[in-house]
Amino acid sequence: MGVATLVEKGRKLDKPKKNAVIDCDIHNAMTSGNVWYDFLPKEWHDYHRQIGGRSRMGSAYPRAMKSAARHDSWPPSGPPGSDMDMLRVHVLDAWDMDYGILNPLIGVGSQQNLRYASAMAQAVNDWQVAAWLEPEPRLRASLIVPYEDGDLAAAEIDRMGDHPGFAQVLFVVRTMEPLGSRKYWKVYEAALRHDLPIGIHFGGSGAGPITGAGKPSHYIEDHGGMPTAFQAQVASFVYEGVFEVFPELKVVLIEGGFGWLAPLMWRLDSCYKKLKMEVPHLKRLPSEYIREHFWLSTQTMEEPSRPEYFFQMLEHLDMNDRLMFATDYPHWDFDAPDMALPTGLDADLKRNILAENARILYKLD
Amino acid sequence: MKRVIDSDIHNELPSLKTLIPYLDDHWVAYLNESAFVGPNANDYPAGAPTSAREGTKPEKGPPGSDFGLLKKQALDAWDVEIGILTCGYRVQSVQNEDLAVALSTAINQWQVDAWLEKDARLRASLVVPSQNPVLAAEEIERFGDHPGFVQVMLPVRSYEPYGKRVYDPIFEAAVKHGLVVGIHYGGASSLPPTPVGWPATYVEEMADMAQVFQSQVMNLVVEGAFDRFPELRVVLIEGGWTWMPAWMWRLDKEWRGLRRNIPWVKRPPSDYIREHIRMTLQPMDAPDNPDYLLQMMGQLDSDEMLLFSTDYPHWHFDAPEDAIPKGLSESLRDKILYENARTFYRF
Repeated sequence: MGVATLVEKGRKLDKPKKNAVIDCDIHNAMTSGNVWYDFLPKEWHDYHRQIGGRSRMGSAYPRAMKSAARHDSWPPSGPPGSDMDMLRVHVLDAWDMDYGILNPLIGVGSQQNLRYASAMAQAVNDWQVAAWLEPEPRLRASLIVPYEDGDLAAAEIDRMGDHPGFAQVLFVVRTMEPLGSRKYWKVYEAALRHDLPIGIHFGGSGAGPITGAGKPSHYIEDHGGMPTAFQAQVASFVYEGVFEVFPELKVVLIEGGFGWLAPLMWRLDSCYKKLKMEVPHLKRLPSEYIREHFWLSTQTMEEPSRPEYFFQMLEHLDMNDRLMFATDYPHWDFDAPDMALPTGLDADLKRNILAENARILYKLD
Repeated sequence: MKRVIDSDIHNELPSLKTLIPYLDDHWVAYLNESAFVGPNANDYPAGAPTSAREGTKPEKGPPGSDFGLLKKQALDAWDVEIGILTCGYRVQSVQNEDLAVALSTAINQWQVDAWLEKDARLRASLVVPSQNPVLAAEEIERFGDHPGFVQVMLPVRSYEPYGKRVYDPIFEAAVKHGLVVGIHYGGASSLPPTPVGWPATYVEEMADMAQVFQSQVMNLVVEGAFDRFPELRVVLIEGGWTWMPAWMWRLDKEWRGLRRNIPWVKRPPSDYIREHIRMTLQPMDAPDNPDYLLQMMGQLDSDEMLLFSTDYPHWHFDAPEDAIPKGLSESLRDKILYENARTFYRF
């Protein structure tokens, strides 16, 4: 199927514009494995050819569908998310978006060989500039870094962090250690040098099983269990005092949902009140740090059993200025801007979620 | 005072020496030679303010180890009709499985002698070596018909999540003897307690324990434990509960999208959860605004899920009246304080 056909089949582009939309989670991919050789430093070509990626294996959760992607997102050649024209048709043009933030999930963060991960990160970022940011002014990208090594990650942030196309530094949520750990602080320091938020996206493979209870069997638990990792990261950022050390740090939680966050704030506050003595470096309640330092993307958001619960959830959360719309294109659990948000949202809130909160955070026009 | 069932009272072993009369010569010699002092997951650091309410430490031994003090502070103070003991002796982290079995049998017999026979209001939880489910099932067979034991205790941190079929012998034996399965805060599985590694501080580990409960709940439903054992009843003890509404919404949404992968799960996960799972009240993780707490109870879409607990001797509240949320209707208050536990445990 050619792209022209897709345009004809796509949504009408002359639909009256209601709200501006900024999509905070689009996944771009390389058209083929050969692209690596255009961007990897020469000295890594042999390594890449002979050994290649070695990540923490053993958690095979075959997905419900190929590449976890929408069936209609496969371009004529290459994997979903690799074709700029199709991305325009399916996402940017379809809802006349102001901006889309690219989060390539290339597996750099899960590499065991951190020198190689560093070379991969450079290649991915150079590729993003050449293949995505330069051709399409509506796109911004996440900076990919080998975050399990603070020095190497900081070097990549310093190399690319002032490029105006990069909107944030990207982690995936399952890391080797909880992200409050000092081992990651150089990454935050470097991000702040370039005035970049930290984004933490669904996925990855850490040092142990994907739950604190051991290894489950099914993809639904790999996918649906991800909020447990996000909760552990929030707890770690707070209790390790990261926001006392880096008061300007901004953290975006991407594709983790947000229904769990108000109850987590209550739990963190409650534990803190009783065990303050263990974390004397904290000066405020955990919930205060959280409301100041975190942003949240909407997809995959919880869908309560009754409509009024959604509004209770927003009230408990009290972070209306921090919710940012995302499609998660091209993945199967895609959210459409005109379908995803519940009916009955206040018009200003809807506008802020769909675009304005992200516009402020990412300093977009 | 309203009638009360307290679903979480900790009875602690004074020391490993207490078990010596219950162990055979081989293990007595082995323990003497090794100078082993007993399993310890360090779930409650001895000096931490959360580990013991003021005045709960007896002259000798850890809080919760003295019957007289526990009777006065946990049973008489509340006019408790039934108090469920939740012994947290962590035999599951003893890698020598035969020793774990010997310690389980010893501590269960000690629970009969030192607790159940002393006060008719008490019920107890079976300590089982769940790291080997077949051996754990044998332990359930050993004591399962004793009327004082009302549940099998599993630490929430496990080697494998509890919905996996490897645990079927435990559930089969529990169901056969009409026992509830209690999944309790803590445990030392040797695996990280989070999907992202080891937290640095105790306060963080304590907070993160709620996510381990979430993983267990999801796994029990997804792997079909309630389909294989329709009679299975599970109580989540000391794991908090305000996370449950959003977790049910998430699980239901996942099920709508991915149920073709798990065709044995015939109903939305929240249906299974409301039917098969209960949660103890403390710790409440309560918001400052009391209305929000009532809203959270409403979001459970069930008034049967919460069971009153003090979690004695751990510190969650100061005055007894703070142990129960304010603003409850009479009927909900009675359900939480008494009726829900009576129905679920079949007292």
